[in-house]
Amino acid sequence: MIAPPPSGPVPYARDFAHRLLTDMLRIRRMEEKSAELYGAGKIRGFLHLYIGEEAVAVGALHALQAEDNLVTTYREHGHALVRGMSMDVILAEMYGKREGCSLGRGGSMHLFDKRTRLFGGNAIVAGGLPVAAGLALADKIQKTSRITACFFGDGAVAEGAFHESMNLAALWQLPVLFCCENNLYAMGTALENSESQTDLCAKAASYRMPTIKVDGMDVVAVHEATRQAQARVRAGEGPLFIEYQTYRFRAHSMFDAELYRSKAEVEEWKTRGPVHTFTARLKQEGKLSEEEFLALDAQVNTEVAAAVAFAEAGTWEPVEHMLADVYTPAGSQP
Amino acid sequence: MSDNTNNRRISYRAALHDGLREALQQDPRVFLLGEDVGRYGGTYAVSRGLLDEFGPERIRDTPLSELAFVGIGIGAALGGMRPIVEVMTVNFSLLALDQIINTAAIYHHMSGGQFSVPLVIRMSTGAGRQVAAQHSNSFEGWYAHIPGIKILAPATIEDARYILAAALADPDPVLLFEHAALYNVEGELPANETVDIKSAKVRRKGTDVTLITYGGSLPKALQAAEAMAQDNISAEVLDLRVLRPLDTEAIVASVRKCHRAVVIDEGWRSGSLSAEVMARIMEQAFFDLDAPVARVCAEEVPIPYARHLEEAALPQPEKIVAAVKALLGERA
Amino acid sequence: MIEFKLPSLGADMDEGTLLEWLVKPGDEVKKGQIVAIVDTSKAAVDVECWQEGTVAGLLVAPQQKVPVGTVLALLLEAGESAADADKYKCEMLAKFSELAQPAAVAPVVAAAPAPTAVPLKKSALAGRRLITPVARKRALELNLDLDIVTGSGPRGAVTLEDVEQAVTKLAQGAAAPNNKQADRQADRQAEMRKAIAAAMSRSKREIPHYYLAEPIPMARALAWLAQENIQRPMAERLLPAVLLLKAVAQALRKYPELNGFYRDGAFQQAVRVNPGVAVSLRQGGLLAPALLDADRKNLAMLMQELGNLVKRTRTGSLKSSELSEATITVTNLGDQGVESVFGVIYPPQVALVGFGRIIDKAWVEGGQVKVQPIVVASLAADHRVSDGHRGALFLAELREQLQQPEALEKISDTNQESEPP
Repeated sequence: MIAPPPSGPVPYARDFAHRLLTDMLRIRRMEEKSAELYGAGKIRGFLHLYIGEEAVAVGALHALQAEDNLVTTYREHGHALVRGMSMDVILAEMYGKREGCSLGRGGSMHLFDKRTRLFGGNAIVAGGLPVAAGLALADKIQKTSRITACFFGDGAVAEGAFHESMNLAALWQLPVLFCCENNLYAMGTALENSESQTDLCAKAASYRMPTIKVDGMDVVAVHEATRQAQARVRAGEGPLFIEYQTYRFRAHSMFDAELYRSKAEVEEWKTRGPVHTFTARLKQEGKLSEEEFLALDAQVNTEVAAAVAFAEAGTWEPVEHMLADVYTPAGSQP
Repeated sequence: MSDNTNNRRISYRAALHDGLREALQQDPRVFLLGEDVGRYGGTYAVSRGLLDEFGPERIRDTPLSELAFVGIGIGAALGGMRPIVEVMTVNFSLLALDQIINTAAIYHHMSGGQFSVPLVIRMSTGAGRQVAAQHSNSFEGWYAHIPGIKILAPATIEDARYILAAALADPDPVLLFEHAALYNVEGELPANETVDIKSAKVRRKGTDVTLITYGGSLPKALQAAEAMAQDNISAEVLDLRVLRPLDTEAIVASVRKCHRAVVIDEGWRSGSLSAEVMARIMEQAFFDLDAPVARVCAEEVPIPYARHLEEAALPQPEKIVAAVKALLGERA
Repeated sequence: MIEFKLPSLGADMDEGTLLEWLVKPGDEVKKGQIVAIVDTSKAAVDVECWQEGTVAGLLVAPQQKVPVGTVLALLLEAGESAADADKYKCEMLAKFSELAQPAAVAPVVAAAPAPTAVPLKKSALAGRRLITPVARKRALELNLDLDIVTGSGPRGAVTLEDVEQAVTKLAQGAAAPNNKQADRQADRQAEMRKAIAAAMSRSKREIPHYYLAEPIPMARALAWLAQENIQRPMAERLLPAVLLLKAVAQALRKYPELNGFYRDGAFQQAVRVNPGVAVSLRQGGLLAPALLDADRKNLAMLMQELGNLVKRTRTGSLKSSELSEATITVTNLGDQGVESVFGVIYPPQVALVGFGRIIDKAWVEGGQVKVQPIVVASLAADHRVSDGHRGALFLAELREQLQQPEALEKISDTNQESEPP
């Protein structure tokens, strides 16, 4: 069972509380628009939405430093946005436009941003874990104060790469924060149908790594837990495994038959939706007025509309460029 | 439209489903395992409904543990079962590569012929759906490099329907590649057909040039052949079907007749299956050639997401026509 | 007016079957509300509407399969009425019938350049003609000189079709002028001139010719011929040309180094003896079709075949094998009145035998001057293959053959030689 959110009032100043809410709303509205744009054929391929899980990216990433490394999965629009990639650029990438972060070559699943040290949306389950450990190794060797946050889902724990990376990170005491977004389903397979040990923290603990389990529907709980966790990793205590217990409200990709879970289950989780619960909480505590909320929402909708316009106005990478960037140009230093 | 006694119109997906269901009905040793084959209904819905019919013992959902569940398939096959492993896509099969190549492929030979691995591994393959570089690979040609396994690429409705039975009847590991762009294709299913897993098939007769292809590129080659017929160019379309062992005889026979050949392969060209086909033509039909053998392959770039770039990176009917015309010189 | 269209619900979804409407005309629809269930062929999927409005009409009925983008329903925006919807629908239908297919979402991709279009540097091509393997093989089978064939294949390569056409053209080249196709006739003549020019230039460029000549007394041969012809009906009478051809064929059996081809730096001796008979054409040019197996046929047969061959050469109905299978050329310019002829070898052959006019001449035999019919036989031969000594022996043999005309009537006794497999 998921532990109830920490009691007591939201421990943040009004501005920061509004920041958290706004970022969750930005993800939510951007993705709702994405779903619509997918139906209209503007976005193609796979589109994995984060709706329902916003509190995790928002709470966690606000606990990191700007210099930290970030490795994510194919469900990474929210992470990229909170990390500081502009919505314009994200949508342009989803459109396949040259103005996108990866020139339109990667699309929804593959957002990369060198400026914010986002080392990609990786669409191979658990594919990012060894890379994250490697980034952390580089930092350890170079004695920086940077840590690497690596996001992955519960499905990844079944892969060999998960276990091999956990072991090495712990063995070598690498500064990695393993951020497991446990939304209970690996695509359509429930955790209990794929894992003999459904307590994911127990797996990490078996590698002698400290673990934290937190309610991923509560942005405050997420933020607080991640803040502590990153401080320990940064202090040189080695890797740490943090499990965010969360839920995706929509299909795995754009659609699935959802034969694997009941509509009642989805509805029940929706009552714990991170956006409306946090909104209600702030209002209740007098930290947000209805006017302020409407203003925030309007501002977010404006940002979304502008991003759509930006993506629409974008251009296509010329076909003649197709073979560019397969190799790094001679002489350039990465 | 449909006629109960004769041909029936059916999708490639449904044909695969029917073949799978029949295999499960006919042989109690057969079971299916893989990611999301059960409760989810199969990533490409090929196994939809089978969990209800055959139960979780025979339709087994696996964790995302490709190396382990492919290896388990090998072990179960050695132990007397006839497992069908579904690896969601060829892209993820890389995670199981070690078991496929270092275990399944070598077992029979390295045990001095004592053990056989009667295993079927199914997976989707190919690009064309804007799912970007990590989900658009075509590695079947790569697998065709490996002795000890057989590589099938059903491209037609009848192959989709009947090839599984032939694969299961084979005593050795068989890898079955289903091109993702074909699942929705509908066509006539000939009644009571059987297919073998050793011969290539001429899908269209012609005299001027042989288009050699397989899988997802077959419809494109047929389209190109159709377009060229308007220009009085008669193209023969040879569907390889079996990528290992290659039906060299069929390739050579067609090239001997048409004197020109274009190989169409969604894989990259360097060190590829298309290269192998061309090499065999050089070895066995050089003196029958009336033009250099040409090929239309994927551009050597990770497959891009943007539609126009993806289209430009892949073999297309227009590219096939252009390649043929280049071979015909002034005649074209 | 809001168009509610069938959305694309997956990377591989092009169409869907409407299973069920969850709204009916008059219903208010909220943003994000699920309004229909659609079968995407993989699964039944709830479809949500992203706009708000009132359902004006459902345009697609359950169980209908429609492509992605099809308008499934019309929704009224605030302030619109049912009448607006009807009007909109009419306009939509009108537009639909006017327009062709809707434009594609993505830009059209230009066809990529053909994969074989690798530009080769000129220098790489210079010095070597491009001839496809099968064209080369076929030309070899036909004994066709590839120099006279124009290439039409990729990068100007000579193709199988070019070879076949060249042979057909050569065979038809001799055809009588066709009244209605005067232009084509002229073209054909020009082409034949071109072909002769190419072959003869190559011959003089590549073949080191040597020339020999020998006057041959013909009294005995002609006397025998006159005797023979008395017994024959007019149509079957023999001409001296036939005796000369047969004599050449017989002599070649003894000197096979004159009968065959020089290819790729080596002589290939021919198994058959097929003298090509130079036939001049009325419209200009000449052909030398082969009299096949001349050594194995009697004079009557040869006479008949020669007549036939000349006729067919002039009407343009030669078989391609007759054009390509000559192993040596025999030219006879006696009719034109010249005394001797020194010919140019037709490559890849290695020899040419020429005959002049049979003229009565003063001839010393046994110390006495007599008037004798004499023909000058000449040999032009390829010095790469044979030497003057052997050439001289060949001419001597030819002379001897013609002194025993009755023997020429016989079929060669060495014809039991085995054929190549």
